[in-house]
Amino acid sequence: MYSIISRQQLNPTVVSMEIHAPLVARKAQPGQFIILRVHEEGERIPLTVAGTDPEQGTVRIIFQIVGATTKLLGEKKAGESISDFVGPLGRATETEGLKKVCIVGGGVGCAIAMPVAQKLASQGCEVTSIIGFRNRDLVILEEEFKACSAKTILMTDDGSCGRQGNVTVPLKELLEQGERFDRIFAIGPLVMMKFTVAAAKPFGTPVTVSMNPVMIDGTGMCGGCRMTLNRNGEKVVQFACVDGPEFDGYEVDFDEAMSRGRMYADFERHAYEETCNLLNKEVQ
Amino acid sequence: MAKANMRPDKNPMPSQDPKVRARNFDEVALGYTEEMALDEAMRCLNCKNMPCVAGCPVNVHIPEFIQKIRECDFEGAYQVIYRTSSLPAVCGRVCPQETQCEAKCVRGIKGEPVGIGRLERFVADWHNAHSDSAVSVPESNGHRVAVVGSGPAGLTCAGDLARLGYKVTVFEAFHTAGGVIVYGIPEFRLPKAIVRREVENLKAMGVEVETNVVIGKTLTVDELFAEGFEAVFIGTGAGLPNFMNIPGESLKGVYSANEFLTRSNLMKAYRENSETPIMRGGCVAVVGGGNVAMDAARTALRLGAEKVYIVYRRSMEELPARREEVEHAEEEGIEFHLLCNPVEILGYENPENSRDPKNGFVTGIRCIRMELGEPDERGRRRPVPVEGSEFTLNVDTVIMAIGTSPNPLIKSTTEGLEVNRKGGIVVEEATGATSRRGVFAGGDAVTGAATVISAMGAGKTAAAAIHDYIQNP
Repeated sequence: MYSIISRQQLNPTVVSMEIHAPLVARKAQPGQFIILRVHEEGERIPLTVAGTDPEQGTVRIIFQIVGATTKLLGEKKAGESISDFVGPLGRATETEGLKKVCIVGGGVGCAIAMPVAQKLASQGCEVTSIIGFRNRDLVILEEEFKACSAKTILMTDDGSCGRQGNVTVPLKELLEQGERFDRIFAIGPLVMMKFTVAAAKPFGTPVTVSMNPVMIDGTGMCGGCRMTLNRNGEKVVQFACVDGPEFDGYEVDFDEAMSRGRMYADFERHAYEETCNLLNKEVQ
Repeated sequence: MAKANMRPDKNPMPSQDPKVRARNFDEVALGYTEEMALDEAMRCLNCKNMPCVAGCPVNVHIPEFIQKIRECDFEGAYQVIYRTSSLPAVCGRVCPQETQCEAKCVRGIKGEPVGIGRLERFVADWHNAHSDSAVSVPESNGHRVAVVGSGPAGLTCAGDLARLGYKVTVFEAFHTAGGVIVYGIPEFRLPKAIVRREVENLKAMGVEVETNVVIGKTLTVDELFAEGFEAVFIGTGAGLPNFMNIPGESLKGVYSANEFLTRSNLMKAYRENSETPIMRGGCVAVVGGGNVAMDAARTALRLGAEKVYIVYRRSMEELPARREEVEHAEEEGIEFHLLCNPVEILGYENPENSRDPKNGFVTGIRCIRMELGEPDERGRRRPVPVEGSEFTLNVDTVIMAIGTSPNPLIKSTTEGLEVNRKGGIVVEEATGATSRRGVFAGGDAVTGAATVISAMGAGKTAAAAIHDYIQNP
């Protein structure tokens, strides 16, 4: 069992937790992920690591309540525990040699982008952060980004906070004004990453994206997380769990990834509703 | 001694009715009764030179345990098997006896061999049902060994070392111990309660099992040595699923057999209220002809498929699955499309509506007929496509069961560990010793996908070699 050391509600649907997992805390690097099960009969879900405290032996995860499993996890309180927590899995973000980068984060993806931004900043890299959310109530980690970025641009879809529009708007402006980044890290919804790549393309700026597909074991065994890359005109199949989760944004087939992400949409919606009903009954 | 029973055929295995079992996940084979076991045991000639023992990768003393059955000393029979095999209830069910012990049985020359596997299963089940004798905890010799992977190779190696007094820790990446016998082999062929019991027995002997630890990620082999383990056994299996690299393999509804079986077996997606999803019903094509393909096909059927097809590029004669499994599959209504090879998986695409939720789901598999040509390097006749013979099977799910490759996770994080061209760990066959001092390996991680019993044999060999390595440094 893995204890929940702290729990914090970042916005109405996003929760931050610190989990006691000393072996994982000692090793995990920005960009890597863990797989957890809430209880003995639960589903395995991957979550990218949002931070670690090796001394305390804790790993921070930040997740959005979108389905049955995240709903159950979100109901857990500090002091309670979850049955499984394994990692760190996947490859760490490659940050070496980068002097000036742009971090583009969308929604809960900002939680994964943040440790990357922090690591880059700690290596003396100049970080520009563009973070986007649907509205002001959903904004998370703004202060953390400001603390490690030379410039932080906050965007909301409805303009209720920061500038109105999506994250590609200021990115394009910066690139058009002549800003040159060694690399852009785009972490968020697939569609956001797809359009970030499209925005960067005319300027030839390299883009790293972080994928979060369906997976079970996270060690290359199931192949559920496979994705097609277009590499030098050839189609290459790779597994996000062992070859990623970060990939060259120019190679990723986002349309395929979006389609595969909806494989269990019906099941998930049903399971989510069932879980909500169950939890509501317990409350009554 | 009573005269041998010279009936030429073995006692048939009582089984669930095919129509009934095709819709449930209960065990197919029901096991011998005492009467059947006694009768079958009487068929053994108790040959002096024991050819059957030579056919067993872990050298079970077969005539000796059968003799105990004749004496109605079923617990005694179990103890004979348990001396050399740590997983009798598992082996009695999933070993390919027809190519091992039973293939060497003298009774097989005229008629059927003695049903050694069925007798082993009977004895193991009798023990599990009747014996309450606590596992004896061996005296510790103070030496620590790490076993990586809790499949058949790892469990056997751990068991043998524990009996010799070693303090063994088994590291498992998944949340449950058992490896392929938990995630790969379905409940209807090997009930998971049996595996759990075997693991509990090991724990009772003092073996520690650490789940949720990925060696190569959470800890490295070097860190295991630094923590005080004197030797490491790697039994991580053949993890990575192969695909065909044909168009359409990324469509929704295409699984590797690993994923499909893991969802059903390990994650219990076959249960109605499971939190882990799996595609059910419709028509299913399973590509491949091995035991894994049979397991996937029969699982799909039990999950409610209307039709399940096996698509295999050679003929029935070359089909590598166990005969028994093929017969079971046929009885249950699995249709075999032999001498066929997939060329493309087809998916739904609504030209009017790019947001149609059905878009991107599998609708069919396009195959080409094959004929057998010249034998290849392994002597199997090579299948050659028949031009213009393409046809389509309408299916909703495609399961690729065309083999696996060893997982590179440990290799990539362990300096000095030599692997072959296919990624298998290179070992000295007689000992399982790798190119790295103190590191031993066995099972599918070395050989690529093989059988449970050959992995157990390798675990056993390595345990003896590790004992020798630590005692005679």
